[in-house]
Amino acid sequence: MKRMYAHTHEWAGLEEGKDVVVGISDYAQIALGDIVFVNLPTIGDPVTQGESFGDVESVKAVSDLISPVSGKVSAINDALLSAPELLNSDPLNTWVIKVEGSVDESLLMDEATYLALDKDH
Amino acid sequence: MSALIFERSIKNRRGITLPEFDCPEVHLDENIVRAAAPRLAQVGEVDVVRHYMELSRNAFGVDNGFYPLGSCTMKYNPKLNEQTASLPGFSDIHPLQSPDSVKGALRLMSELSQQLCEVTGMDGFTLQPSAGAHGEFTGLLLIHAYHEDRKDVKRSKVIVPDSAHGTNPASANMAGYSIINVPSNAEGGVDVEALRSVLSDEVAALMLTNPNTLGLFDPNIEEIAKMVHEAGGLVYYDGANLNAIMGEVRPGDMGFDVVHLNLHKTFSTPHGGGGPGSGPVGVKAHLLPYLPDGTVVKEKFIANEKSIGRLRSFYGNFLVNVRAYTYILSLGSNGLKEASYNAVLNANYMMAKLKDHFPVAYPVPCMHEFVLSLQKLKDETGVNAKDMCKGLLDYKVHPPTMYFPLIVHEALMIEPTETESKETMDEFIRILIELKDKAYTDPEYLHNAPYTTPIKRVDDVLAARHPVLKAVL
Repeated sequence: MKRMYAHTHEWAGLEEGKDVVVGISDYAQIALGDIVFVNLPTIGDPVTQGESFGDVESVKAVSDLISPVSGKVSAINDALLSAPELLNSDPLNTWVIKVEGSVDESLLMDEATYLALDKDH
Repeated sequence: MSALIFERSIKNRRGITLPEFDCPEVHLDENIVRAAAPRLAQVGEVDVVRHYMELSRNAFGVDNGFYPLGSCTMKYNPKLNEQTASLPGFSDIHPLQSPDSVKGALRLMSELSQQLCEVTGMDGFTLQPSAGAHGEFTGLLLIHAYHEDRKDVKRSKVIVPDSAHGTNPASANMAGYSIINVPSNAEGGVDVEALRSVLSDEVAALMLTNPNTLGLFDPNIEEIAKMVHEAGGLVYYDGANLNAIMGEVRPGDMGFDVVHLNLHKTFSTPHGGGGPGSGPVGVKAHLLPYLPDGTVVKEKFIANEKSIGRLRSFYGNFLVNVRAYTYILSLGSNGLKEASYNAVLNANYMMAKLKDHFPVAYPVPCMHEFVLSLQKLKDETGVNAKDMCKGLLDYKVHPPTMYFPLIVHEALMIEPTETESKETMDEFIRILIELKDKAYTDPEYLHNAPYTTPIKRVDDVLAARHPVLKAVL
């Protein structure tokens, strides 16, 4: 699976012939701190690349989750409702939603570019 | 932790012993009579007094000490306000009394509205909303009514800058709008080009706080208001930070169409657990027809055909308005101006004294508050903004606002207000620097602070993930 990143710190996992997998980056979970609640869409909801599809709440703040993909939600990760801390412990292997749709890759970064970004400024 | 009043309850203990009942008994219909007595704590008067005295000792308010909670304007509230609010003519009246019998109250509401018009440059006010976010919601309904009345029904979006108060997007969402975020520019103001790119005939309004949550006055405000108006939208002023500009510049003159004020912040009434708020909404003439029912103009309740309706029961938090009215009259127009000058002076003094110890997010002269970033401290010591705030509690000062605004990492937002002396501010500065030194020599100490408060470090993650909201007694 190839991971592409948005400036808003979500990742899209892309694999030929499969739904796009969406998660948040390691930087995002560090910046947010302990995540205590995840607000997910419902299966079938439309999502648009660059627009909010849910939010994550940490002890510090509530932050929008911005979709890196356009399409229709095909699955949500129910486990996050009772164990939001999974996003802290293993952000890259914890997906949030799966989307049947398409990604405009020109709006995203590959992993190396994203990791090299100076995100504090 | 203190016992609950219910845990002090002893069966059949009473505060007052009533004399024997000597009136004829009346039997009420069975379906309106309780089957069982209400479950109340059974305690003596002395138990009640000691219980609440103990709780009050564990609480902290502006009467206890310095409270530089950014964007909350925790100024000292003069006791004169309490005296007027407890005058029988204000405190012993009921909203269902006939207007003829509460003329003094109506006059006060009219005059307060007039004074607020003068301070903000608006044409009319409603005192109904209960607090700031309620005022925002009211303002957005007014904006919606305005567009709808003009058959301009396509407008479904509200623009909110990323430095806005969190309540702005929440209120707009509750009013049925979708939100467009615009980023800040390098100076901390609204990015004018980014704003231009999202303006369209679908935009109902821009919500703006000026000075914003970084404590910065947006110098492009006139241009911003003009751009939004040219696109057919209205401009909403969040008055959370009015304390910086009272009597000096007016939102109405900057081009705003709607404002809400927080009387409990700017006009010195108790808040933050100390009392209810009041969030009056002011409008320019073109929005007057939509003001809520129950608004008082020239000592009369108005009822507009095009009104957005009623926002709450009765006429707002009236006694809060009495306190604000008292404050305005005791300061006078020059006094209000001077209060703002001193609020800005105090913030700049503290920023100048702290800037060599903590990076200031936007190192330019600020208004009534400023934002430090503790990111460097966190990187170098592992001590974060929260640890520092917990450390402050041991010195009997209330910590500043932390982790806000979101655009500054490890933010500490400090608002001293005008009522604090140089000595108080100097002491706070000394403490903060002392804690910083501690972070480098003994970070573990700060990870475990506070040590002297009634409740020590709370596990806020556990509390948020597994809240226990009910206790069986």
